[in-house]
Amino acid sequence: MTGVAVTLRGLTKRFGNAAALDDLHLAIAAGEFVALLGPSGSGKTTLLRVLAGLEFAETGTIEIGGRSMHDVPARKRRIGFVFQHYALFRHMTVARNVAFGLEVMPRRDRPQPAAIRARAQELLEFMEIGGLADRYPDQISGGQRQRVALARALAIEPTLLLLDEPFGALDAKVRKNLRIWLRGLHDRMGLTSLFVTHDQAEALEMADRVAVLRAGRIEQVDTPDRLYAEPANAFVHEFLGESIRFDGAVSDGAVRFPLLPGVMLPTRCAAGPAVALLRPHEIGLRPGGGPAVVESVHAFGPLCRVRLRLADRVIEVLLPEGTSPPAPGAACGLDLSAARIYPESPRAGS
Amino acid sequence: MRRPRRSALPGFGLTLGLTLTWLSLIVLIPLAALVLRPWELGAAGVWQSLTDPRVLAALRLSFGAAALAAAINLPFGLLIAWVMTRYRFPGRRLADALIDMPLALPTAVAGISLTALFAPKGWIGALLVPLGVKVAYTPLGVLVALVFVGLPFVVRTLEPVMLDLPAEAEEAAATLGATRLQTLCRVVLPALAPSLLTGFAAALARGVGEYGSVIFIAGNMPMVSEIAPLLIVIRLEQFDYAGAAALGLAMLLLSFLLLLALNRGQHRLARHLA
Repeated sequence: MTGVAVTLRGLTKRFGNAAALDDLHLAIAAGEFVALLGPSGSGKTTLLRVLAGLEFAETGTIEIGGRSMHDVPARKRRIGFVFQHYALFRHMTVARNVAFGLEVMPRRDRPQPAAIRARAQELLEFMEIGGLADRYPDQISGGQRQRVALARALAIEPTLLLLDEPFGALDAKVRKNLRIWLRGLHDRMGLTSLFVTHDQAEALEMADRVAVLRAGRIEQVDTPDRLYAEPANAFVHEFLGESIRFDGAVSDGAVRFPLLPGVMLPTRCAAGPAVALLRPHEIGLRPGGGPAVVESVHAFGPLCRVRLRLADRVIEVLLPEGTSPPAPGAACGLDLSAARIYPESPRAGS
Repeated sequence: MRRPRRSALPGFGLTLGLTLTWLSLIVLIPLAALVLRPWELGAAGVWQSLTDPRVLAALRLSFGAAALAAAINLPFGLLIAWVMTRYRFPGRRLADALIDMPLALPTAVAGISLTALFAPKGWIGALLVPLGVKVAYTPLGVLVALVFVGLPFVVRTLEPVMLDLPAEAEEAAATLGATRLQTLCRVVLPALAPSLLTGFAAALARGVGEYGSVIFIAGNMPMVSEIAPLLIVIRLEQFDYAGAAALGLAMLLLSFLLLLALNRGQHRLARHLA
């Protein structure tokens, strides 16, 4: 089986007044492994369900492998869908679950019963759960169910695999192993995969590219390293990793901050409210007086974490290895020259 | 010294004692009376009383019509439960209340209304006469009455199970290429099978014991449309208490065996659905 390219253009779907998808565009290359990352309610699952034909967008087009999916019902899309809670058929054995997609094929395409059984067993072996064929879903563990659900989805030789929070219900250790295993599976089978998660570590570790969603729109699609290093806007910056925010205002091509008198950073942003965002390691300390007071210093291993009080807020910065930490109680200035400056936007999650 | 068995759940002795006392008072003692009473006739007398052709015809009608009525209620009860749990429509609450009517209505009232409807001059009966179908005062009338009283048992047994049925399993079937019919036959119905059997058993049990609604519409012709519970009443009126008890005992045993078998079947089906 070979993965296919997917193109989504202008998808919009509303539930009542709330937009679940809002003019969403996304292009996925054949063979790519893409993660959909976003806070809950951002439309990740809806997007997956619209792709699979379980729900329908009001406007926009979906092309899978160059073919428009308009008027193609879910059962004819040949999309492997792995549900968050597996959705296994509880009255069937594991082997029958996996064989289901083959057994319901139209008679002229359907393999012989013996061939179906052999194929199901082969898939189970491939998932490293060959010994579970005759068990029922209620008799196996969560991680095993996940593999059965995957085997069942792969049995129809899908060109596109959709996974809805595939590790959501598993404990941390099983999760970690399955992550590596799933990524390997994707590469070996040459699939195109799209998976939903709200766990950024999962998205950044596994995916070729990560699409960050907010309120039904894609804020940025990029490789994990570029997403972290060059967030397209304040939302992405604050959603991924630790982020320290300074509110300010732009005038005459520079941003100034009420909290930090004297600090002025050049910017190309238009005049008006703006925010400066930094990772904890991007903030430098300037000893010898300033608005920030050192509250405490925690040095362990290569890291030195310094808690600073700045007016009524506390910020934590990470000092690079080799810098001598300031003494608690010392006043110091902040070097924000590494900051990214974005026009004012609401905080992540709000 | 024996150590008393300990349990984390207190009150076992007290609750079990009360349970047994209550069960004895309400169920076991009356049943014991029913079991003991017929033997006044002697074993041969009991046998003779039960092999009377009129008794056999009545038992056949009672159990046959009850089983058939429960079987008819199965698909229609399934459909009603499906509509009630899957869709929201105007008048849904009213329809929901209507389903319980056969339970709440005094059975005699139900019997009289059904008779009025299905009598040759009734609203429905008049339509059936040209087709040569007679419902009132025939075994068919018995069936109609039992379908009426049995329906809520099937619907109410299925509804909670259908509400619990995850929509995801059906969606999974769709993404795997199943048609609606295949999804229904391979995914939905097997998941409902244990409850269908339970509902069938409840409707059957109700139908076997039904008296009030049937006697008005059945016409009660011996050998044709006379149900076993009515025959018991007739024997009581003739002061043949032992004979009535013998028939009661026969019904008890038959019902018990039937329900036992259905229960076992239900357990087998539900084995993997914890």
